Amino acid sequence: MASKSADKRFTKEHEWVVLDGDIATVGITDHAQEQLGDLVHVELPELEREVAEGESCAVVESVKAASDIYAPLAGKIVEVNETITEDPSIVNSDAEGEGWFFRIELEDPDVFEALMDQDAYDEFLETL
Amino acid sequence: MALCLTEFCVAQNALPDDPTPAPLHTTPLDSWHRKLGARMVPFAGYAMPVQYDLTGDLAARCKGGVMAEHLHTRSHAGLFDVSHMGQAMLTGPNVAMALETLVPGDIIGLKPGRQRYTLFTNPAGGIIDDLMVAKLADDSLFLVVNASRKATDFAHLAENLSETLTVMDDRALLALQGPEAAAVMARLSPEAAALPFMGIAALRIAGVDCLVSRSGYTGEDGFEISIPAADAEMIADALIQQPEVVPIGLGARDSLRLEAGLCLYGNDLDELTSPIEAGLTWVIGKRRKMNWDFPGGLVMRDQLDIGPVRRRVGIRPDGRASARGQTMIVAEDGTEAGLITSGGFGPSVNGPIAMGYVRKDLAADGTRLNLIVRGKTIPATVVPLPFKPHRYIR
Repeated sequence: MASKSADKRFTKEHEWVVLDGDIATVGITDHAQEQLGDLVHVELPELEREVAEGESCAVVESVKAASDIYAPLAGKIVEVNETITEDPSIVNSDAEGEGWFFRIELEDPDVFEALMDQDAYDEFLETL
Repeated sequence: MALCLTEFCVAQNALPDDPTPAPLHTTPLDSWHRKLGARMVPFAGYAMPVQYDLTGDLAARCKGGVMAEHLHTRSHAGLFDVSHMGQAMLTGPNVAMALETLVPGDIIGLKPGRQRYTLFTNPAGGIIDDLMVAKLADDSLFLVVNASRKATDFAHLAENLSETLTVMDDRALLALQGPEAAAVMARLSPEAAALPFMGIAALRIAGVDCLVSRSGYTGEDGFEISIPAADAEMIADALIQQPEVVPIGLGARDSLRLEAGLCLYGNDLDELTSPIEAGLTWVIGKRRKMNWDFPGGLVMRDQLDIGPVRRRVGIRPDGRASARGQTMIVAEDGTEAGLITSGGFGPSVNGPIAMGYVRKDLAADGTRLNLIVRGKTIPATVVPLPFKPHRYIR
């Protein structure tokens, strides 16, 4: 599992976000992949697509069910991780590293600060 | 992300949304499942294992999770707790004749020591439930019905028949399934391992009086074992001590039965669906087709004469995305074609698979269809069922 850095942020929808300049890398949390079980299919957003905060823009499927992935912040999709569509099991083995989903060029990088940090996310998981 | 293992249940149509859900029933193996690392979910009013996070010796055999549990069952042997299903004994001097007033199967002609798949049908030709009927003796039938339908079924029996119905809610039901199930069973009970397909016998296993049948819901060879509740854990332990066996959850049970083309009541069968539409015409006994004297019999005869308006078919979506239950099916000319009733990923097929009902003019193998998944059109092909050939002992 990838190391959990201090500048990684989280949503209540179990996505993680890392910011580099105004580019946010987004994936699903280790807790999420663990709950979903073996992933068999991933659908990623189209490049250049403008997404609103909370907009459904990707799908993960396990044997049991399909789940939507929401854009944690508003912006434009600038990169997607095709390796996870070819081999969705990468998301199971390294959800918070090699298993990233897409990168968003943020409209407003400052909103990143409003997301939960690791401690807040861990506390949130305790409440579930 | 909607992260919820109970999506499984919603997908099965087993639990309607209920703002004040009743406390869940538990099976006699509830604490056994939890000890083995089961993830428990509500299913048909019961807390049931959907999959396991296995540890120790069991983890060395199978890492757990729906995919691994499914593949383990196909290559070795899996143990399923199906104690949520309804078990009952129906007894009386003319019990077979009596049950024939409610089902289309030949129950009079069923030999003692044999069981048969049949259906409770309604006067409109719909299906109230699908069930297994075993003839233990000429005056005694052992019934196994779906968990979600047992209250309905037992009320239906009590209302319509004067025979004695004894609900056996003090018994567990285990299923041992897979190509190595017979070798495992031979160590515990050689008599059980010698049963023919769809044979049933009262046998002692580890000193416990059990009812063992050679049947299952995976398309593999296997056994179902009815056990007094108090002894269930001991027998389950004896089975998972065998090197071929690991416990398997409801997730893999569903993907296994779907690959085997077997129907799930509530998804693929319901009170508005006839056996003819469902491709279950074979359950109507030859003798029963002389008089059609069972609920909905004449409706079914007419459907057979003119052909049903829709048929259950196998469907292979192109690509990797699954089409789940309730997915709309559209013909290539854009007209409405039908509905997917069960669908998901088939681990042994290594791709998405589905069953659904389509207009009769679209039911031929090879017919191209379109599925509407999350607003997108996914092309698909009608294929023969099952997706995975059955490997029953014959």
